[in-house]
Amino acid sequence: MRLVADNLAGERGGEPVFAGVSFSLDEGQALAVTGPNGAGKTTLLRIVAGLLPAAGGSVRLERPLHHASHGPPPPLRRGGYGGEEWPTPQAAAHLLSHQNGMKTALTVEENLRFWRAFLGEPHLEVAEALEMVGLGDIGHLPFGYLSTGQKRRAAIARLLVSYRPLWLLDEPTAGLDAASERQFAALMEAHLEDGGMILAATHLPLGIEGAGELRMGGGA
Amino acid sequence: MWALYTRDVRLGVRAGGGALTGIVFFLAVVAVVPFGVGPDLNLLARIGPAMLWIAALLSVLLGLDRLFQADREDGSLDLLLMAGERQMPALTVLVKCLAHWTASVLPLVVAAPLLGILMNMEPAAIGAAVLTLLVGTPAITFIGAAGAAVAVALPRGGQLVSVLVLPLAIPVLIFGVSASYAAVTDPTPFLPPFLILCALTLFFAVVGPLGAALALRWASD
Repeated sequence: MRLVADNLAGERGGEPVFAGVSFSLDEGQALAVTGPNGAGKTTLLRIVAGLLPAAGGSVRLERPLHHASHGPPPPLRRGGYGGEEWPTPQAAAHLLSHQNGMKTALTVEENLRFWRAFLGEPHLEVAEALEMVGLGDIGHLPFGYLSTGQKRRAAIARLLVSYRPLWLLDEPTAGLDAASERQFAALMEAHLEDGGMILAATHLPLGIEGAGELRMGGGA
Repeated sequence: MWALYTRDVRLGVRAGGGALTGIVFFLAVVAVVPFGVGPDLNLLARIGPAMLWIAALLSVLLGLDRLFQADREDGSLDLLLMAGERQMPALTVLVKCLAHWTASVLPLVVAAPLLGILMNMEPAAIGAAVLTLLVGTPAITFIGAAGAAVAVALPRGGQLVSVLVLPLAIPVLIFGVSASYAAVTDPTPFLPPFLILCALTLFFAVVGPLGAALALRWASD
């Protein structure tokens, strides 16, 4: 499976933000989207997520070529290859935006259990996912009681409880301390090894080896 | 979908959920009427069903603007919409409406008999009013969902929702009240207005969520 953006253009409130952005992302690859504030990084992620219409160009998921040929079928992996299971980038993506998407009145566990059931494709157990982000012992607390960094980590745990091959991350490490950043880098690497894809808007280095970079908005 | 339903009901009844606001408002409006119109028991009995219905309509509208706004503020609305490939957005809206109705409107219906006594209504009239409220209030929630979806991006969309929704809710009010009256006044039959009320609810159960899903799709920026 391959994510291809072709000559993508985005606008916000009628104002063009960027144009002519093309990239492609193969399984196991990460791409860091960098650029100054207002360059359209978030807009780009939201267009890929299907939440904003593209002002021009297109973004799509392509199946690998050998899938259609008569060669031996590729080994079946978690999530399978493109096609029916992940018809659009939106269906294949997890979005970690600036908001964490959690309810303050519910406990962390209740929040994650809900997303696990609602998003489908259950992956890790809630307790396991919390363990992975280092929140193993506070799952019973209401989400509203958590600190900024802990909230972020709980939101990251959402990426783990339900499987999606494509992770769209918007400033994923905002509010995280150095140790949690390293922990998250390890999680991202594990996801890439599993054949996942990562598109991250960030000002800081991702901490993943071999991550590509897409610079946006030099002249804007 | 069941997960979404239980989550929203839980949120509604927990602290800050706003389910209580509607009930308190409902109680307050109906309890104030006897003081306003005076101790004329016959008059109270006559206007009782109408007052129950008007108070219910207003209290349902009161909480509706938060239906999607709370989800939008914490980012879950984006995630709910992104799951559209698996969970149809209109169905998501329908489930949210049902959860909202369970948490903040069903208690009104349960409290209605008590307030009926306050309005000197006879048992048959109370029964009819509760039955029509039970069947008719979901329609208001469904219409309100479309209004709430249109106003989701506005910081103070509450008033706008009420104004948008009120004209569409008028037929529900008319048939709800006329069915309640028909149950106690002899020559008029109860069933025709009641069945029209049922039809209205079913109609808005389809149109409301579809319209709301469409509005949410274009409101996300």
